Amino acid sequence: MKVNGRQIVLLLYLGFLLLPIYWLVNMSFQTTEEILGTFSLVPEKFTLANYRMIFTDSSWYMGYINSIKYVLLNTVISLSVALPAAYAFSRFRFLGDKHMFFWLLTNRMSPPAVFLLPFFNFYQTVGLFDTHIAVALAHCLFNVPLAVWILEGFMSGIPREIDETAFIDGYSFPRFFFTIFIPLVKAGIGVTAFFCFMFSWVELLLARTLTTVNAKPIAATMTRTISAAGMDWGGLAAAGVLTMIPGAIVIWFVRNYMAKGFALGRV
Amino acid sequence: MSFSISKVDKRVGRETYLADIDLHLESGSQNVILGRTLAGKTTLLRIMAGLDRPSRGGIAENGKDVTGVSVRKRNVAMVYQQFVNYPSLSVFHNIASPLKLAGMAKADITARVGSVAAVLHIDHLLERLPQELSGGQQQRTAIARALVKDASLLLLDEPLVNLDYKLREELRTELRDIFSKRDSIVVYTTTEPSEALMLGGNLVVMHEGRVLQTGRAEEVYRCPASVTVAEILSDPPINVLRTRVDQTMAHLGDGLSVPLDGHLAGLAPGDYFFGVRSHHLFLHRQHPRDIELHARVELAEINGSETFIHMTYNGRPLVVQEEGVHQRRIDEAVSFFVRPRKFYIFDRDGALVRAPLFEDA
Repeated sequence: MKVNGRQIVLLLYLGFLLLPIYWLVNMSFQTTEEILGTFSLVPEKFTLANYRMIFTDSSWYMGYINSIKYVLLNTVISLSVALPAAYAFSRFRFLGDKHMFFWLLTNRMSPPAVFLLPFFNFYQTVGLFDTHIAVALAHCLFNVPLAVWILEGFMSGIPREIDETAFIDGYSFPRFFFTIFIPLVKAGIGVTAFFCFMFSWVELLLARTLTTVNAKPIAATMTRTISAAGMDWGGLAAAGVLTMIPGAIVIWFVRNYMAKGFALGRV
Repeated sequence: MSFSISKVDKRVGRETYLADIDLHLESGSQNVILGRTLAGKTTLLRIMAGLDRPSRGGIAENGKDVTGVSVRKRNVAMVYQQFVNYPSLSVFHNIASPLKLAGMAKADITARVGSVAAVLHIDHLLERLPQELSGGQQQRTAIARALVKDASLLLLDEPLVNLDYKLREELRTELRDIFSKRDSIVVYTTTEPSEALMLGGNLVVMHEGRVLQTGRAEEVYRCPASVTVAEILSDPPINVLRTRVDQTMAHLGDGLSVPLDGHLAGLAPGDYFFGVRSHHLFLHRQHPRDIELHARVELAEINGSETFIHMTYNGRPLVVQEEGVHQRRIDEAVSFFVRPRKFYIFDRDGALVRAPLFEDA
């Protein structure tokens, strides 16, 4: 194979991007002494102890379970709210529709910290504090608008005549929506689910503030690893690697539709 | 069943899409709505189907008002200009869907779908998905889905316009046979005069949101009520000559006059428009009574079997349609011939005064 200049530049760029990830994976298979003591490109004493520690210590693995719980909850809520909303925005004209559609997106423009205090206070009052649903609902603030925007883009690509033909054929609205329409926008739903999952998975500020013990996310667990014995670098690295895996899996499923998703379905 | 539309207007914002539409359709009739783009054909069909509500007026089935009744509760079928099928369902399930929703037994559905698919020559494609079909086959599927249920009102909105020429002709002939065997009301819209005349039945000529004329297709062709109808009804549009009529002669301009005899006899003096269809203009004398006119060629289009020569006569564009291939250079002086008995006579407002006699039209 002939290697030209362009490929070399791309390879260098790829190496540059992958270096931190490689280093994280490398560290996760080393003992903390090796990480702190020597500079090694590959683990000298290959060990799975860090991973074993995470999968056996409940304060670690519960972090993952908590995160997955509220992320899935959030994805389900966001999608089930956004699907009908996006359909309405894409198919009907009503008073203030365009303003409302834009207003939805403005929710994403304010920093999450703004909402921190009201959420904290409110959840304390109604007794939702430190529950999975609390975090899931808080994340809807960002994910529902995004989901509506992405789905609206995908839905507007489906000709309205299909809806009309279905009604002429005698489909009831729910039957049409679930048996005809949803299969047509399934790529959009996949991409939307991915974006909801991703934003909820990486969000730290709200998730950490609104939980203490029962629903503590993995990212919060990772920031609290300083013990009397010092920093557990190996464990932290292993936790980091495990944190990336769910995202990588989800990306695999929607890899063909990612660009369209980033363009909010409008390609 | 009878279907009637009374005093229907449709306005969207400040624009008028339909104005004062009155139509009455009987069951078993084939109705062709002919009009150029933006004539309001699709809007009218959508109102008939119940997909849109008229701004004023109403629609009635068997005398019962059905304005605003949901399309789901109406017994209509519609075929769109675009090929609309359910992409996630196979051709069989596409065609079967109206029957399934009506709660028909499975064996009956299979038999019905099979027979409709056979009529439309897609019976070998039933297992495929719509996107695995050619455009013609996709539209056949859409037509099959509309035909499979016994809708009392069958609406087709320019169903053949997105197909290629050959396929269009083929499907057109098939559709005519299929329609003639049904006792539902068929409404078919088109922009093409030849298609409208070929399908026959009742013709409704629309222009800018209004119905200009209705009647049997041949009659409308023979006696167009106005210049606009005559223009819509032939392709290329009918040629119109500004003419001044005095006591004895009609003056076509450029010093050319014809005596007032035949169907021209007794025309009151005044200004008229004389219309003549392009295929009644010839480059060579056909008959001793033909009159000769002179003009300059602006364009000569040769389409193989025919040549269209565009020119300007007395300030108005004219097209001569002549069989065979005829080379004419641009700006070349030509003479062409017309028989006065072929003239349609319209008054200054464009309304028909006299049509040629039957055998001459």
